[in-house]
Amino acid sequence: MTGAYVKQFDALTTADQPAWLGPVRRGGMDRFAETGFPAARDEEWRFTPVTAITQSEFAPAPPPTAIPREAIAPFAFGHPEWPLLVFVDGRFDAALSSVPSLPGGARAMSLAEAIAAGDETVARHLGHHAPVEASGFTALNTAFIHDGAFVHVPPGVELAAPVHALFVASGATEGTAAHPRNLIVVEPTARASIVESYVALAPGRRYFTNAVTEVSSGEGAWTEHTRIQRESESAYHVGLTHVDQARDSHYRSFTLAMGGAIARHNLHVRLNAPNIETLMYGLYLTRGDQLVDNHTAIHHDHPGCNSWEVYKGVMDGDSRAVFNGKVFVRPEAQKTDAKQTNRNLLLSDGARVHTKPQLEIFADDVKCTHGATVGQLDDVALFYLRSRGIGQAAARTLLTYAFAAEVVEEVALEPVRIELERLVRERLGAGS
Amino acid sequence: MLEIRGLRASAGESEILRGIDLTVNAGEVHAIMGPNGSGKSTLAQVIAGHPAYEVTGGQVTYLGQDLLDMEPEERAQAGVFLAFQYPVEIPGVSNAYFLRAAYNEIRKARGQDELDPMDFLDVLEEKLKVVEWGPEIMSRAVNSGFSGGEKKRNEILQMAVLEPRLAVLDETDSGLDIDALRIVASGVNRLRRPDNATVVVTHYQRLLNYIVPDYVHVLSGGRIVKSGGKELALELEARGYDWVEDTAGVA
Repeated sequence: MTGAYVKQFDALTTADQPAWLGPVRRGGMDRFAETGFPAARDEEWRFTPVTAITQSEFAPAPPPTAIPREAIAPFAFGHPEWPLLVFVDGRFDAALSSVPSLPGGARAMSLAEAIAAGDETVARHLGHHAPVEASGFTALNTAFIHDGAFVHVPPGVELAAPVHALFVASGATEGTAAHPRNLIVVEPTARASIVESYVALAPGRRYFTNAVTEVSSGEGAWTEHTRIQRESESAYHVGLTHVDQARDSHYRSFTLAMGGAIARHNLHVRLNAPNIETLMYGLYLTRGDQLVDNHTAIHHDHPGCNSWEVYKGVMDGDSRAVFNGKVFVRPEAQKTDAKQTNRNLLLSDGARVHTKPQLEIFADDVKCTHGATVGQLDDVALFYLRSRGIGQAAARTLLTYAFAAEVVEEVALEPVRIELERLVRERLGAGS
Repeated sequence: MLEIRGLRASAGESEILRGIDLTVNAGEVHAIMGPNGSGKSTLAQVIAGHPAYEVTGGQVTYLGQDLLDMEPEERAQAGVFLAFQYPVEIPGVSNAYFLRAAYNEIRKARGQDELDPMDFLDVLEEKLKVVEWGPEIMSRAVNSGFSGGEKKRNEILQMAVLEPRLAVLDETDSGLDIDALRIVASGVNRLRRPDNATVVVTHYQRLLNYIVPDYVHVLSGGRIVKSGGKELALELEARGYDWVEDTAGVA
């Protein structure tokens, strides 16, 4: 269906786009026309066949009808005064959003509006981090850059409240596609927490979200980035988060993936200078026939950087999960300290997980470890809980929640952590 | 309270309990002693309903009910408590949450109202004194990173909160230093009442200096080979398990 997207691209009105954007989008389209979607023989997509996505034509969503505020209330969290950017089927919805003025000239706004306003930060960063070569999906997203969240935190500015970018699939029409494009620029010594979430108003709808988020973390910046993917379980979700980190910066990511019939997220982090710290936490919860795939890659190109990664998964029903974690350590990246852990809990006989830690280390003075486990609930622990009067089903739920909660605890911002705990409890059927 | 008749149990292919008879009445403390591999811990776990053991014969009646017909949680709700030899670590669940969940399950089973976290705190405050602990232990994950002594104290705290009718302590003294042993034993003594009973499973006589039993039973080869009063424990300490095994004719 590559041709259908080429036609959609040619039909776009581009008269009012700034001069710099044309080549960026054209570059995406050219790349996509050349490579198409990833094929089954592509090692990177071996366990995640995407034919269900690539063999249907997903049309651009029609302009959405107005959605009442109450409809999105269940997806918002924290304080009502906190910045909330709402996108419906990929388009910014000003009526549903609340954007208070942020300190120190910081901005959280629609990318489309920032482009239209001729924003220089956008021109400098958009398309400069996530390479179109990452995959056919990234190329396609780049070709269709239109709207998404733009967060800019100027040097030294600290955002106390998290910025929430909420992507709502209205489900008004079947078989639509959205290509949200987000840009997060945290300038030197600035601090910010960003939450990116993907939700569905109609749980049974089939649609396609193809998201790309670019993050630039400046020197000495502190960024917490939380990604919550709870699309319709009949929908398809492909996402790339590309992070570029400068010297002395701290970037921590938490990814919760529990939606989608097929969902794939790639997290790529480039450490572009010495003395950087990166924390990557993830949790995936699958059931039914879901397939959820997380690929992470961290590039240690300079000395003295630390990366710490923990991804955990809970699989039920006949669902599948995939984890692939790459750690590249270049010869000059001495004194690298990298640790990667992937732990999986299978709740049913039909559930499966493919886990593959992949460390490629070319420096000799480094500390790099990895470990992957796949297991079931511990019988002894189950008996321990039951011997205290807790019934079998409740004991299973409690242990499952405990397994998952352990990684959620790593989220730094308390209101975000509380919201994640609530989502996980709700999904696993655990009470308060 | 507890009537065990001809109890036989296996783990996999091997038979571990080969016909146990034991009667425990309310208000009594029984000590089960015996060498390693005699089946002491198996007896404790079978009473609590551990699914790894298969009961192949005999009956166990607890307060007039067929204990072997009950699920582990039903036994706990009916007042049976096992203090584990190796308490399980549960990262991700706080001690407070775990204890309240267990407490409320047992209250529910008894037709009582569940307590909210605030009301439960009042209950806890009293119970923590039994093991000479402050409230800070409650926010830690269950047994996670606890020392051996802390784990055993946590078992006794659970026992204090759940107020069992029949408490079975499986090697509660193993791995304890003398201070922890004193705290654990005095906790158990404070929880004694005329309407409850305690079965202490132990290898060494040491614990019985602190928790004084009314009866001592010696287990060997999956059978009780000798029973007596508290002086039997001292005799065992002096003469070793070989002595009973020889007199009982067990290899």
